Amino acid sequence: MALDKPYTDVPGTTIFDAEQSRKGYWLNQFCMSLMKPENRVRFKADERAYLDEWPMTDEQKEAVLARDLNRCIAAGGNIYFLAKIGATDGKSFQQMAGSMTGMTEEEYRDMMVRGGRSVEGNRRLGEDGDAQPDRQPQGHGKGTL
Amino acid sequence: MARITASVYTSHVPAIGAAMDLGKTHEPYWQKVFAGYEFSRRWIREHTPDVIFLVYNDHATSFSLEIIPTFAIGTAAEYAIADEGWGPRPVPKVIGHPELAAHIAQSVIQDDFDLTLVNKMDVDHGLTVPLSLLFGQVDAWPCKVIPFAVNVVQYPVPSGRRCFMLGQAIRKAIESYDEPLNVHIWGTGGMSHQLQGPRAGLINKEWDNRFLDRLIEDPASLAQVPHIEYVREAGSEGIELVMWLIARGAMADVGGGRRPTVTHRFYHVPASNTAVGHLILEN
Repeated sequence: MALDKPYTDVPGTTIFDAEQSRKGYWLNQFCMSLMKPENRVRFKADERAYLDEWPMTDEQKEAVLARDLNRCIAAGGNIYFLAKIGATDGKSFQQMAGSMTGMTEEEYRDMMVRGGRSVEGNRRLGEDGDAQPDRQPQGHGKGTL
Repeated sequence: MARITASVYTSHVPAIGAAMDLGKTHEPYWQKVFAGYEFSRRWIREHTPDVIFLVYNDHATSFSLEIIPTFAIGTAAEYAIADEGWGPRPVPKVIGHPELAAHIAQSVIQDDFDLTLVNKMDVDHGLTVPLSLLFGQVDAWPCKVIPFAVNVVQYPVPSGRRCFMLGQAIRKAIESYDEPLNVHIWGTGGMSHQLQGPRAGLINKEWDNRFLDRLIEDPASLAQVPHIEYVREAGSEGIELVMWLIARGAMADVGGGRRPTVTHRFYHVPASNTAVGHLILEN
């Protein structure tokens, strides 16, 4: 019997469940390795070579090199693990979260200062909120970190 | 006998810690956040406990995908501050209370909660930001801390109902400890926030404030709220709020005692990506 996953109809949202976790295991473990300063130095010196030490898929490696966090999440990444890449790049959580919306850093920060994204229209796929698939990207950012 | 005198609830946004560490607390953006903690800092100077049982979550710091414990209690003598990728926060190391932690583990496991015991663990912003918010910048934390890490990173996370029941078992355990310790239980994380995908930045003030109302007045019914409501209404990372139900479940009224006093309540948007909520309840 299939497991009940009531969270697949939330727009713009990927729930990191056991299935995503299995898919993203090496991607996330690579991210964990960046918690050691010496690994951050090696990664920054030659990103491709460092990534090739890990049994990640090509898609996962390309997504990391492009700093495309939405692609990383689709490939099984989890934001708390991916945050280690952002930290290595000297980026804040706000910059990381904002990069996934398609907004510029300023556009995203302004949205947060105005009180954040409204839940109205963003509870379920098919409503008319700004997080719905047909309304992406939302701003003038490049969509990458 | 040990007793729980108060529960404290607060968000644990990493940028709050960074604002303190980098000397940005006077900036207008951050002043609005810290203003909500001015009372709390005065209060805790007069109500410093012997031990804080601090419920938080590890953010892919000590627990990678190699091992994912649902509930992990720290039974170590001390805990180092983690390097989360920016270098460790410049805050004091955390001193544990291994005897009380072992006592709680013994009691709670026999009450049917399968805790993981951890004797080596670095602690991340989830634990240190709440300490910084209440105690400010200090050379040593003024009390001992028992870290209690809850998995809210990989789904499924424990239900609100189970967290609320666990809090009740923790209270029973603490109150059966012979030494006359003054213990706080802190629930951290939340409030509404989403850090991923095109829906990042979601904030739901109405839902958050209703959560605070219900946490104070009717936690048993709040504990019945299913995961999907947290995700839909409070964002994918808003699910951290189940941890507040552990602290609330440990208050005296849940076991038939008197209702707690609401000593302080604060809510503010935003801190970075997150709605900040903060409560102090006293038994």
